[in-house]
Amino acid sequence: MPFASIFVPNFWLQAVVRADPALRERGLALIDGNPPLWRVVAIDTVAAQMGIEIGMTKTNVEQFAGVEIRPRIPAQEKIAHAALLDVGWSISPIMEDTAQDAIVLDLYGLTSLFGAEEDIGAHLIMRLTTCGLQGNVAIASNIETALIAARGFAGITVIAPGEESYRLGGLAVRVLLPSHETVETLERWGVATCSDLARLPVLDLSERLGQEGVCLHAQARGASMRSLVIAEPADSFEEEMELDDPVEELEPLSFLLGRLLDQLCGRLTARALGAASLCIRFELQPSFENTVDTQETFGTQKQPGRYEKQMQLPVPMRDSKMLLKLLRLRLQRHPPNAPIQKITLTADAARPRVIEGNLFLPSIPDSEKLELTMARIVHVVGEGNVGSPSLTNTHRPGDFEMQRFLIPQDAPKINSRSDRAPGRADKRADGTIPASFRVFRPVIPAQLDWHTGVPTRVAFQGLRGEVSAASGPWRTSGDWWRDDSWQQDEWDLEIRFQDAVERSPSRGLPPNLGIYRFFYDSQRRGWFVRGVYD
Amino acid sequence: MANKKRRYAFPFVLPMGSKTSLLRLQVESSLATRVASPFQFRDRIVETVPTGAPLIDRRVGGFPRGSLTEIYGPTCSGRTTLLVSALASRTAASEVCALVDANDVFDPHSAKAAGVKLEQLLWVRCRNVDQALRVTDLLVQGGGFGLIALDLGDALPHMVRSVPMQVWFRFRRAVEHTPTILLVLEQETTIQTCASLILKLHAQKMRWSETAESIEISRPHSPGCLLHGWKIRVEMIRSQAKREERSDAGFETEIPRNIRCSPTEPRGGRRQR
Repeated sequence: MPFASIFVPNFWLQAVVRADPALRERGLALIDGNPPLWRVVAIDTVAAQMGIEIGMTKTNVEQFAGVEIRPRIPAQEKIAHAALLDVGWSISPIMEDTAQDAIVLDLYGLTSLFGAEEDIGAHLIMRLTTCGLQGNVAIASNIETALIAARGFAGITVIAPGEESYRLGGLAVRVLLPSHETVETLERWGVATCSDLARLPVLDLSERLGQEGVCLHAQARGASMRSLVIAEPADSFEEEMELDDPVEELEPLSFLLGRLLDQLCGRLTARALGAASLCIRFELQPSFENTVDTQETFGTQKQPGRYEKQMQLPVPMRDSKMLLKLLRLRLQRHPPNAPIQKITLTADAARPRVIEGNLFLPSIPDSEKLELTMARIVHVVGEGNVGSPSLTNTHRPGDFEMQRFLIPQDAPKINSRSDRAPGRADKRADGTIPASFRVFRPVIPAQLDWHTGVPTRVAFQGLRGEVSAASGPWRTSGDWWRDDSWQQDEWDLEIRFQDAVERSPSRGLPPNLGIYRFFYDSQRRGWFVRGVYD
Repeated sequence: MANKKRRYAFPFVLPMGSKTSLLRLQVESSLATRVASPFQFRDRIVETVPTGAPLIDRRVGGFPRGSLTEIYGPTCSGRTTLLVSALASRTAASEVCALVDANDVFDPHSAKAAGVKLEQLLWVRCRNVDQALRVTDLLVQGGGFGLIALDLGDALPHMVRSVPMQVWFRFRRAVEHTPTILLVLEQETTIQTCASLILKLHAQKMRWSETAESIEISRPHSPGCLLHGWKIRVEMIRSQAKREERSDAGFETEIPRNIRCSPTEPRGGRRQR
C-alpha cells in the first residue's frame, strides 16, 4: 500500500511569501521573539547567500542592505497549513495531518485515476504550486519512509518496496528528527547518516538510547510501520492578510481582495467545492478624530474597529473574478469607515450544483451571472427594491414582502404544444382575462364631495372628476391588538374627468375616465386613493 | 456637391448589365455548394408567444421573441392587464421573467390572482425613468429571461420622450437573436421604429352589476352595485410579424374576486357593511 508525503521546507517563510508573493527571491528574514529581543528564525536562500544566519538579532540583520525583515505571523502559517491540507484532500480522502509542514496521503487505488506514482507526485507538486507553496513529495511503501524521504530529498522521490534502507542510507540522521540529546550522542559516536545508524545493533542501541533509539533505528532502515491517523476535512475556508500600511481606497483593496480570493478559490477548486457564503472581515485602524477620549480610556491603547459583511450566494461559486465583482459592489454600497489594517475572508463550502442542459427547456439566467446582475441592480436602486414579491399571511390591504430572487431549483417543464398558451386567461370560456391593479405608493390624499351618503365628486393630485358609478363602502379592519392596526372604508369609483386640462402637461396625460379605489382611513382620518384598475 | 455614395444592404439587387450579370453568375457559381440561391431574399422566422389574451393572439399573432414590443394607452386602458397576462403566460411556461417598475406601481395581489408565479418574477422597484433604463440595460445584457417588462406607464411622458432613440436601438440590438421578449409599457408611443410590435389600448365600456339606468333611485350608487370589469379595444399600430396595416382586436377584463371591493370574498380582517 503506497503512501505519499508532502513536506514544505522553510514553512514559516513560505507562509509569509504565500501571502505576499512579491517577497519571493528578494532576500527575506523572518524574526520572532519579544521586542527588543527579536531574533531571526527563518531565511531564504538569497538572505543566506548574503551571510545572514538563523539566530541573529534584528539589529544585526538591519546592517545588511536589501534584506526584507518580516515578523513571523502565526495566522498566516495556520492558513498555509490549511492550504496544504486542501492539496492533500484534493488527491486522496485518506490523509494524515502529521505536522504543520508535512502531511501523508494514502494512495491506495489512485493509480487507476492519476496514473503512475510519479504522475501522482507531479499532480501534488502542481496543486501545491497553485496554492502558493513549494514542497517536496516522496512516495514509499510505508508512512515513516515517505515522511523521511520528503524531508531529505528535494522534488519528487519514489522509493520502491525493498529499497527503503538503500535510499535513506545517505540522508543525515537529523532528518529522522531525533531529540537534541540523542543528536549530541550520535555525533559523539560518529553516526552521521541513516546507513551508519542502521548498521548499529538494535539491542545495544536500546540499552543506550532507550525506545527512541529503537524507533530511530527502524526509521533509518525504512522498516518503521504504523497506521495512518486520518484527518477530517473542514468545510470552512479562511484566508487572511495583515497589511503593513492601512488601505483606504477601494482600488488597492480590490487588488488585495483579488489575491486572497485567488488563493481561496484555488483551495476550493482543489477540493472540488464552491463557496456557498462568503464573509469578509476587516480590522480597522482606530480613528483618532472620531473617538473622544474619556477619562477611563485616556492613555490606553485604542482597540481597532471591526467591519464584517456576510454575503450569501445563490449557488456555490469558485470563480474568483465573479466573487471579486460581487465583493466590490458590496463594499461600494457599504464602505468601511476607517482605513483597513487586516483582511479576513471566510468561505463556507458546499458542493457545486450540476445541471444537465436540455435543448428543449426554456432558457433561464445563469445563476452566477444573475447574482452579479442583481448586485449591480441593487447598487442602482438600493437594497430592498430587488427581489421576488411574496404575499404575506395577512388581510392588510396591499401587504407583501420582498424575498431574495432565486432561480427555481425544480426542473422546468418542457414546452409542449398545450403548454404554449397556459395562462389562466386562456382557459376562460368567455375570453375574459383577469384585470390588474396599479398601486400608488405612497397613497395619494383625496377630497370627496358627498350627496346623500354617496360620493359624487373627487379631487386628487390636481385632477377633478364626477363619479359616474360607485361600489362601497366595504369596511375592512384588522390587527386591532397592535399599534399599527387598520380600519378602512373602501370605494371603487368610476370617475369621468372633466377639468383635467387644468393639469400641467409635465405631470402626465390627463385621463378621461378611470376606475380608482378610494378609502377612508380611520386612523389618519382622511380619504386616500390606493390605486387604479388598469 | 456632396459625393453621393450608394450603399447596399443585403439582400441587394444588382443592376442587370453584362458585367454585373457576369459578376452575379460568378458569385452564384462560387457559392453553389454552400448557398442555394444567395441573391434570394429570405424572411426571418419570428417566433411568437401567446399574450395571454386569445383574441389578441388571433389578430396580432402573439408577442415576438427577440424583439421589442410597445404597449401604450392612457390610464385604465388595460395596459397592465395585458402585461400581467403575458407574465402569467410566460411564468406558467417555466420561464423566468423580470419586471422593471419605473414608478413602483406593481400590485403582487392582482398579479397572483391573474396567475403569475411570483417566485419566477424578478421585480425591480425603481424611483425614476433613469433608474429603470439602467436596470433594463443590466437585465437585457445579463440574458436568460423569457420576458423583460419595462413599465413606464406612470412615468411622465416628457421624461419618456426625452430618452434618446439610441437607448431603444441598444435594447433592440441586445435582445436580438435571444429568446427574450422586451415589453415596454407607456402612456404614448415613443419607441416607434425600434419596436417590432406596437399595440395601442383604449378602455371602452365599464361593466357594473347594476347600471345607473337600472337603478330606480336616480343616483350612481346602489348597495348591490359591483364592478365586474371593462372592455378593452386593442389597436395594432405596427407589426413586423403580421405585415398588415392597422387592425383592431379587443378583450374583456374581469375583476378577480380577491382584489375586488366586494362582500362575497372577504379580504379584510373583518368586513362589514
